[in-house]
Amino acid sequence: MAYSEKVIEHYENPRNVGAFDASDPEIGTGLVGAPACGDVMRLQIRVDDHGVIKDARFKTFGCGSAIASSSLATEWLKGKSLDEASTIHNSMIAEELSLPPVKIHCSVLAEDAIKSAIDDYKKKRAAREALSEPPPALRTEESPTA
Amino acid sequence: MSLKLPVYLDNHATTPLDPRVLETMLPYFTQDFGNAASRTHAFGWKAEAAVDDARDTIARLINAESGKEIVFTSGATESDNLAIKGVAEYYGEKGKHVITTVIEHKAVLDSCKRLEKEGFEVTYVGVGPSGVVDPNDIAKAITDKTILVSVMLANNEVGTIQPIAEIGKLTRARGVIFHVDAVQGIGKTPFDVRAMNVDLASLSAHKIYGPKGVGALYVRRSRPRVRLGAQMDGGGHERGNRSGTLNVPGIVGFAKACELLEREGAAETERIRGLRDRLHEKINRALPHVIVNGSLEHRLPGNLNISFACVEGEGLMMAIKDVAVSSGSACTSASLEPSYVLRSMGLDEADAHSSIRFGIGRFNTEEEIDFVADLVINKVKKLRDMSPLWEMQQQGIDLKTIQWAAH
Repeated sequence: MAYSEKVIEHYENPRNVGAFDASDPEIGTGLVGAPACGDVMRLQIRVDDHGVIKDARFKTFGCGSAIASSSLATEWLKGKSLDEASTIHNSMIAEELSLPPVKIHCSVLAEDAIKSAIDDYKKKRAAREALSEPPPALRTEESPTA
Repeated sequence: MSLKLPVYLDNHATTPLDPRVLETMLPYFTQDFGNAASRTHAFGWKAEAAVDDARDTIARLINAESGKEIVFTSGATESDNLAIKGVAEYYGEKGKHVITTVIEHKAVLDSCKRLEKEGFEVTYVGVGPSGVVDPNDIAKAITDKTILVSVMLANNEVGTIQPIAEIGKLTRARGVIFHVDAVQGIGKTPFDVRAMNVDLASLSAHKIYGPKGVGALYVRRSRPRVRLGAQMDGGGHERGNRSGTLNVPGIVGFAKACELLEREGAAETERIRGLRDRLHEKINRALPHVIVNGSLEHRLPGNLNISFACVEGEGLMMAIKDVAVSSGSACTSASLEPSYVLRSMGLDEADAHSSIRFGIGRFNTEEEIDFVADLVINKVKKLRDMSPLWEMQQQGIDLKTIQWAAH
């Protein structure tokens, strides 16, 4: 199977490979896929007090398209508000990387990873807020200021 | 000597034509172009003589009694089809039970599936992690209704060599016809149709440095005489077993390839085994968590099928694109299912996805092997640094305890 130039470029120079401490309250972690299916993506976001994604990291077990999809996702996430990040759709990733039909599932997985990381961050935040009512200034999720 | 890229290490899929084979074939395209079935002139006689010589040469390589036992086909897929469906057609009245193994080539498995649709019962004998069939499992599966046992000489993915002689003893004692798909093993591991009581054997030229599009089916003519229902109707060529004008240049090339194997096979096997072991040792020394799939002992000399834990096979192939190999990874097939051979050996699906098949052949050099070993080591390290599974494994997390959301 021939890969698109963009897949090859991301595969050979993956952006934002690495890990954040998942227990850090600023970090949201999404782990999706399964070893048995041949791809696992872990995507992490660092979110600031204004609900803006400041940084992103990934590690992926998978084929070139899966690695490229997650690399691209981390690039797109940086600087976006959580709401904006939620609008990233797999078709956008598939289109950007010119993924063939048999590789569309890689872009679906990347979208799932983004959603899962955002959910994780929101859950952690909600849990923290439930423990100690934070000052109103920090309640930025409803009105993101990107 | 400078290395020429990409390096070809997929010799189970096909092999380059040996230049000596090509040279032997060339006259049969132009000046000696006759139809081997033309009985009325010298063109035909010459072609027929060349084909008969070829039969004898091929027969000798497998120790068949006579060249008359060689039926030429378009390749091993056709040979497998002819053997299995041909026996079913001819002996179906005697019984409707066939035994094969779960690790056979699709040409055998799908021929058996076809028989099932026609009312035959097929037993698919399993294999353990060794990738080698236990002859006792074959013995247990044989019933009064069994007419055919089909087992490969060596597996095309993991290179494991099957106990053909032991199975041949069983089938002969029970009066069951024994077919062997010998495509991958021929000239690389001992194969003797008489000593091993083989009744039918599929052979292919392009796996042994011969041309594509030509193969043969060995059909035993005595003790017992094996009869087949022809699957291709027409001019009654090949003693009625397979109609169609013979591919004379291909057949001549096939025979030359067999002759070279007969003469050089033993030395070549040792050299190739040395290269395989060199590749394996280098990788093993540099990388932890490398699993050899299937028995290393009962294996073709040129085969190394290994799983690099926590690295996906297709991803790795992309990283080593200067090396032509294949993978049991799902991503290489449209079905998204990992290799049925590896799964039938009980391999964890994740490890099946992580497998790479290296197939070393006649034209590979030590320099190439060293280049490949260094490249693989380097890229596996890089991909493991990128793998969440590797990170978890290094942290002591048992990946099997995690609830994965399968998609």
